[in-house]
Amino acid sequence: MPSSWVGTPVLRREDDRLLRGHGRFVDDMHAAGMLHAAVFRSPVAHARITSLDVSAALALPGVHAIFTAADLGDVNRPFPLPVPHPKLRAKTPVPLASDTVRYVGEPIALIVADDRYIAEDAFDHIAIDFEPLVATPSLEGALAGGDCVIHPDLGDNVAARFGQSYGDVEAAFAAADVIVRESFTSDRGSGQPIETRAIFAVPDVNTGVITVWDTTQSPHVARRLMAATLDLPEDQIHVIAPDVGGGFGPKVVFYPEEVIVPFAARALQRPIKYVEDRLEHFRATVHEREQVHECELAAKSDGTLLGMRVRIVHDTGAYVPWGVIVPFITLTTIPGPYHLPNYDAEVTVVYTNRVPVTPHRGAGRPQAVFSMERMLDRLANELHLDQAEIRRRNYIGADEFPYDVGLIFRDGSPMSYDSGDYPQAQQTALERIGYDAFPAYQAELRAQGRFVGIGMAGYVEGTGLGPHESARLRVDSAGKIRIMSGAASQGQGHETTLAQVAADALGMPMEDISVRTGDTAGVPYGIGAFASRLGALASSAVKIGATQLRERILQAAGAFLEVSPDDLEIVDGSVRVAGSPSQSIRLGDLAVQSSGAFPGSTLPNDLVEIGLETTAYFRPTQSTYASGFHVVTVEVDPVGGIVTILKYVIAHDCGNAINPLIVEGQVQGGLAAGIGGALYERTVYDDMGQLISGSFVDYLLPTSAEVPAAEIHHIHAPTPLNPLGAKGAGEGGTIPAPAAIVAAVENALWPDGSFHLHAFPLTPELVWQAARDAQAPA
Amino acid sequence: MTTDRHDIAFTLNGKPYERTVDGRLLLSDFIRHDLEFTGTHVGCEHGVCGSCTVLVDGNPTRSCLMLAVQADGRTIETIEGLTPDSAPLAPLQAAFRKHHGLQCGYCTPGFLMTATALLRSGEHLSQREIREAMSGNLCRCTGYSGIVAAVDEVMNGVGKTDAV
Repeated sequence: MPSSWVGTPVLRREDDRLLRGHGRFVDDMHAAGMLHAAVFRSPVAHARITSLDVSAALALPGVHAIFTAADLGDVNRPFPLPVPHPKLRAKTPVPLASDTVRYVGEPIALIVADDRYIAEDAFDHIAIDFEPLVATPSLEGALAGGDCVIHPDLGDNVAARFGQSYGDVEAAFAAADVIVRESFTSDRGSGQPIETRAIFAVPDVNTGVITVWDTTQSPHVARRLMAATLDLPEDQIHVIAPDVGGGFGPKVVFYPEEVIVPFAARALQRPIKYVEDRLEHFRATVHEREQVHECELAAKSDGTLLGMRVRIVHDTGAYVPWGVIVPFITLTTIPGPYHLPNYDAEVTVVYTNRVPVTPHRGAGRPQAVFSMERMLDRLANELHLDQAEIRRRNYIGADEFPYDVGLIFRDGSPMSYDSGDYPQAQQTALERIGYDAFPAYQAELRAQGRFVGIGMAGYVEGTGLGPHESARLRVDSAGKIRIMSGAASQGQGHETTLAQVAADALGMPMEDISVRTGDTAGVPYGIGAFASRLGALASSAVKIGATQLRERILQAAGAFLEVSPDDLEIVDGSVRVAGSPSQSIRLGDLAVQSSGAFPGSTLPNDLVEIGLETTAYFRPTQSTYASGFHVVTVEVDPVGGIVTILKYVIAHDCGNAINPLIVEGQVQGGLAAGIGGALYERTVYDDMGQLISGSFVDYLLPTSAEVPAAEIHHIHAPTPLNPLGAKGAGEGGTIPAPAAIVAAVENALWPDGSFHLHAFPLTPELVWQAARDAQAPA
Repeated sequence: MTTDRHDIAFTLNGKPYERTVDGRLLLSDFIRHDLEFTGTHVGCEHGVCGSCTVLVDGNPTRSCLMLAVQADGRTIETIEGLTPDSAPLAPLQAAFRKHHGLQCGYCTPGFLMTATALLRSGEHLSQREIREAMSGNLCRCTGYSGIVAAVDEVMNGVGKTDAV
């Protein structure tokens, strides 16, 4: 047994069942009398529904019911907005489109049948007529407005305009020696967990309670929104997220199917399962990433930054299901690890006839880092400075924390960086990749007709967003500790890490501690898994709870043994008097007796609390800021447009790592998503708003052949903001990767900085095109 | 919509089965929902992600691209057949655990079946070649390092990652 479980690379408890094929995912669940559902979706991007007749489909043998908007009645109203913003003119989704459809894939009807095959057969028998409306599947088109206003009562397609600024940007630009201007774009990408969304609603005819097995990242939020939309008390809805096959953001969001499937199950009093297929996932599960940034950076001739102006246009798709936090986070992430004394950023959020947009791993930060880091690369070129040096000259120092940026973060608190060491991260990564020797290597290969390049990017990431996270801990009658966390898991390994935290705080072996997550019945309130908040918040809640539980155990044992709690220790499943092991009580017996084992008896007067259970919350006062630096070398084949990553080095700071094995897995896995976002993953719509990239043949996820094992170094700057000193680790692998990789490609083809790449993903076609346009040597 | 029914006989994880199935039923759905071996997962249903990989007569096969009727006369192996429930994890499974080659675990059965066939071939591949050989399976969580290290360790008796 290690002296501290926290910090030890403990192998995961989840693995055994998953490796044997014994995991239980939503589609693995069965129930007697189960029916299957399929969703009939809009085949067009923008149209008025003029008629809808499902009678022929309903007549098919094996079809039990078809639900349209009319069948839902009052339930078919716009969803509550989970994250409001005062400047947001929010159009939230409705469960089923009744009048107008606004993107290809928007749900129109739910078909319930004996099996999924029959439910899909029914699609062909639904008679629907549309009056086409002009579709606007692009940012430029939506901003121009013209013939297409997606939500007519708004008058135009602008969902929100907001901004933030500090300092005096005008004066900064007036005083500048050099001003760099550039425009950057990022295309739509998406989370693409390998398990698609799934919902299995099981009504209990005896109690009226409906159990909803759901792939959600936020079971408690899902339950609240189900209760609000279905007009049911929360205690009539039991949401369970069992094993979930990856989340990455899209499964945080509340979807129409989470209303219509439980609705149908209640109406028919039958269990109903809905499993999204991959084409539906592309057409109906949220996307992210598409933004246009107009940037201007003012600096002194020595490279000192003076000020920055940024105009961001953000595509939210046809609705706002969550809020405007993606561009909000972009705006607040741009200043990054640098002294930027003056800053002015404005955001315009635009509706388009495409799938709605909410956060995906990185959540607006990859775009932000891309702009800032690429602007620094430009500035370095302009001033004939080394790219590492220009960053070095502007870093916030390790002795400057807490550092007030001057902005308000998306949790409503002032952005105050709490900890970090940005220069150390850069230095470590550059040393490890051999930065100083690279130019000679590059020149040598160039002489052989080979194009290698190097690129770098740093970031600061607000992690561990509030409002809180919860944990309930209980000693059961066998003396084992049972923990329920409010934060669901989609592969992050909570069953292991939370047990590590509890073992240390309780002073008990991990074997005596089990963890469950994702069940609304397990803990009264919970928030969920997003914003890299598990290590910082869920773990902190467990630590607080386990510390309380230990006190409670000792207090109760003291009352029953009639000794002072200070004289007690927990050893081998018993509480005993130190130095007098015969005076002891088994933990299981203590749990039973302290909760009132004998009806009609009297508990000891000294017993303060009934039972050995506690529910703890950790409420952060603000986000805690993780950070890191990526540097990458690539080789580019300008003829084929192929980019090969030669070496990838990451120096990152997530404070204290609870389980280094899991942290490295998060960083490496995050990098794979970052590489996908940098080079492969591009969502394409045509001019009519038809989704062109609706399969993994068209939308490319990186494979083991494209993702190298990164060399990962830990910079250790624990946060003072939570009891574990931990910061989020789930997104840092992703965030700066597009900036670093695109910079490396640019450097490979044009080491003199003569041509600029300003978009991601940089797909092979775009590499080839850019190389041709710039007449790079090929 | 009724479709034609077919009698099939096959072996699954060493046990003989006889069933009558719809002509259009996918092998993946048949294994998961009819035979209730839910360890085989479905990720895309268009043959790209590899999550539904099973071994058919020893060959890694996407069960979403095969019909149940085509299982007639074949020998099929799924994740559940790799290790008896009561036995410790097989070396490949244990290596996945040791190298953190899985996170959510959804794609894992497909990777294990692909790797099982690769290991049975008796070939000794470099890490680069292992990466190519495993590139027909998609993982969205791990970034592949742990998977490659695990296969390498079982195949070649080494346990390093390929960080350079």
